[in-house]
Amino acid sequence: MPILEHPAYPPATLLCLESLVPCRESQVSMLLSIFGERQQLSFPSIFIYGHTSSGKTYVMKTLLNTLQQLPHVFVNCVECFTSRLLLEEILIQLQNHSSETRRASPVPCDTFNDFVRLFKQALVSQNLQDQTVLDRAEQLREMEANILPAFLRLQELTDRNVTVILLSEIVWEMFRPNTGCFEPFILYFPDYSIGHLQKILSQNHPPEYSADFYSAYINILLGVFYMVCRDLKELQHLAALNFSKYCEPVVRKEAKERDTRKLWKNIEPHLKKAMQTVYLREISSSQWERLQCEEGELGQIKGLSAHAHVELPYYSKFLLIAAYLASYNPVRTDKRFFLKHHGKIKKTNFMKKHEKTSNHLLGPKPFPLDRLLAILYSIVDNRVAPTANIFSQITSLVTLQLLSVVGNNDQLDGPRYKCTVSLDFIRAIARTVNFDIIKYLYDFL
Amino acid sequence: MELRGEGSGGVGRAGKARRGRSREAGGQAARALLGIEREGRARARRRRLTASPQIESSAMNKRKLKESSGTDGECISQVQKMLRERLCHHRAMGKLFGIDQQYKHLLELLKQTTVCGESNSALIIGPRGSGKTALLNRVLKDLREMKQVKENLLEVHLNGLLQTNDKVALKEITRQLHLENVVGDKVFGSFAENLAFLLEALRKGNRTSSCPVLFVLDEFDLFVHHKNQTLLYNLFDISQSAQTPVTVIGLTCRQDILELLEKRVKSRFSHRRIYLMNSFAFKQYIRIFKEQLSLPAEFPDKAFAQKWNSNIQLLTEDKTVQDILQNLFHYSKDLRSLNFLLMLAVSNVTVRHPLITASDLQEASKQYRMDSKANIVHGLSVLEICLIIAMKHLNDVYEGEPFNFQMVYNEFQKFIQRKAHCMYNFEKPVVMKAFEHLLQLELVKPIERPSVRSQREYLLMELLLDNNQIMDALQAYPNCPTDVKQWAASSLSWL
Repeated sequence: MPILEHPAYPPATLLCLESLVPCRESQVSMLLSIFGERQQLSFPSIFIYGHTSSGKTYVMKTLLNTLQQLPHVFVNCVECFTSRLLLEEILIQLQNHSSETRRASPVPCDTFNDFVRLFKQALVSQNLQDQTVLDRAEQLREMEANILPAFLRLQELTDRNVTVILLSEIVWEMFRPNTGCFEPFILYFPDYSIGHLQKILSQNHPPEYSADFYSAYINILLGVFYMVCRDLKELQHLAALNFSKYCEPVVRKEAKERDTRKLWKNIEPHLKKAMQTVYLREISSSQWERLQCEEGELGQIKGLSAHAHVELPYYSKFLLIAAYLASYNPVRTDKRFFLKHHGKIKKTNFMKKHEKTSNHLLGPKPFPLDRLLAILYSIVDNRVAPTANIFSQITSLVTLQLLSVVGNNDQLDGPRYKCTVSLDFIRAIARTVNFDIIKYLYDFL
Repeated sequence: MELRGEGSGGVGRAGKARRGRSREAGGQAARALLGIEREGRARARRRRLTASPQIESSAMNKRKLKESSGTDGECISQVQKMLRERLCHHRAMGKLFGIDQQYKHLLELLKQTTVCGESNSALIIGPRGSGKTALLNRVLKDLREMKQVKENLLEVHLNGLLQTNDKVALKEITRQLHLENVVGDKVFGSFAENLAFLLEALRKGNRTSSCPVLFVLDEFDLFVHHKNQTLLYNLFDISQSAQTPVTVIGLTCRQDILELLEKRVKSRFSHRRIYLMNSFAFKQYIRIFKEQLSLPAEFPDKAFAQKWNSNIQLLTEDKTVQDILQNLFHYSKDLRSLNFLLMLAVSNVTVRHPLITASDLQEASKQYRMDSKANIVHGLSVLEICLIIAMKHLNDVYEGEPFNFQMVYNEFQKFIQRKAHCMYNFEKPVVMKAFEHLLQLELVKPIERPSVRSQREYLLMELLLDNNQIMDALQAYPNCPTDVKQWAASSLSWL
């Protein structure tokens, strides 16, 4: 029973359109009814918002391409990130529509004033509808202030039957300029429910296996990933990558297609591993596929963050540890940690600490060079000579971005640094020099 | 290709519509496309009637055909065309509601310029959508039809959005007065010289005074931000000196426009202001609703027009429709919003559904008033919802102070360790990715720009949703785990 109906288009085209946009029929039918017939007027501007990969771009492109009668311009605002690029691209596409030969030279168009004039020349007939679609419209806010309000009023400024359609993930309230503008018609593309996702993902099943087998696989995949991510593109990517592993038992004749338990047992640790690696783009998909072909242990994956581990010389490790302690311990506690004989310290003031002021939640604090060296001398067993060697190691730590310089270069007191490594990293380093860093951290007292 | 439609009767709207559709398609070739239909014994009769596009199946249906003659596609298409033009077109030449006094004022003003050669300046001030441009266009149209004015008035339309600085504005004025050839390659010392030259060039033949020129400045408040307000100064200056009859009309939505003008510009302005304040009561609003939707008497299909208009009358008396209009009226009184609502309802009118119903208007109203942030929250994954609840708790406990990712992760960990049975303890990078997704959707915004020096986890942010929105969205969230809901509702996060 066809859902899409429209007096201006033949039902065969509409049926074809319907098959291309599963789970989006109501949005498409609303768009069709708003556009109306070709010579009728419509809203001057439409704003479509919805989640990432909820089908906005895809549906618009399919709609406009399938209904060949609608001439349209489709521009991505991330690609044309300045106003000049954007306006020239729109004019080029308009010229390509009106004349079949592709014009090589772009018409120079600097300001919106010229754009309106050239637009009027390009669209000579006033009656037939023209759709201008701007994808990723949130980039329009970064251009000159008059671009967004002018596009919303394009129908009025050019006196032509043109509808401007803006697609974005961000809600309209974040777009509205200060003194207001011509409000567009706002349309929401709802996110896909789990049933919809299943339906759409199951459509891509490879022909060798049955549809039921594939939908069981999609079910398992969604069971693992749905809580974390509902992005259709990500899920499609993951589905494509992991399917061969899922089929392995069947290929090796260890299990039949209907042995769901065995298949699940096989694939589940694999999917959990995928969440830590491919989902986070720690390793590329080609590496992942190579890994699946090997029979080896899954624990040998070397992700991107593993490469952050650096082998440091002896004193550099201690410098780093001292920097971490200096960043995350308040100054008044240095006496307690690093002096052999600290005097009496009032317990009450000392032990009171609020959860919020835990430095591990607020971030590292800057410290002067002197404090760093003082802590260094106290934690290293043997005597350290303050040679240029030590200072150059500090500089190389800054280059490695394990420390960062805070403040201006012209500070006369001396440079101030901040330690930018995480707790896990510093614990790993401290372990290699047999230094128990937790004992020295104020937050873990 | 043979057409086979439904057998004896095709009663009901389906049959009527199918016949309506086939008549609208017209011609045998088009009918061939509607190959889904089945019609039994009417085949023979159809062969007799191949010349005309009408399809008669039986005597019983003849009556139905007479009724459905008002709902054929051509008629609906015309209704749509007419109403869409009335509701969407910027030059809508329909009635102006509630601004008769302002209309008379403006008309008088412009008549003085064109007929008596007086120079004037005025500002039309009103909120967005209150009808400033419509008023001006109507006055100009009526003016052009008066016999004294016929060929006499030159118009220059400038818009603050297009002419973003004075040079561009001057070029546009030259172009609109068709004086490019006269100006040629001349180089002028100042803006004032250039403008004076243009106006001098407008004197025709041996007339001592030139044609009156009307300057219309749309988005007047944007011209105020140009350097030195040169354009405004010169235009107002010319309108004060008696050489050429020049009228400057500015349209703006800012009520404080006079404070933005420089002193020398303000003193040359005549301080004549016309305010459009959407000052109609609800009764008049309902009347406007009715008039906007009614078909005029000149509509070709008189029977349908009558049916349509009586339906509209019924709608105005319907309680649900009045409630809908009341809601919209409370939200924004301007007619542009009303037009949008009506346009949505009108776009649903098809051959199958030829009259607007109250449910159409209800649907349109619901569409119009959706809470967009709640919609976005509806589509988030469970992990992202948990992060938002963690941020809500941080805001509650620390009274709205900014937080960073580390704090949010800490809260989330506390929830996982103490209360969650259904949530798996995700690794930190996975939680970070969910957090960055929230950043991308602009539900969370950093307070200062992120720099290379600071680590991502410690960047201070704030949440752009408030507690009520979050709780409402959670109610509507599909398949929300109960642990998460309870965690959200608990006021103290560590209990």
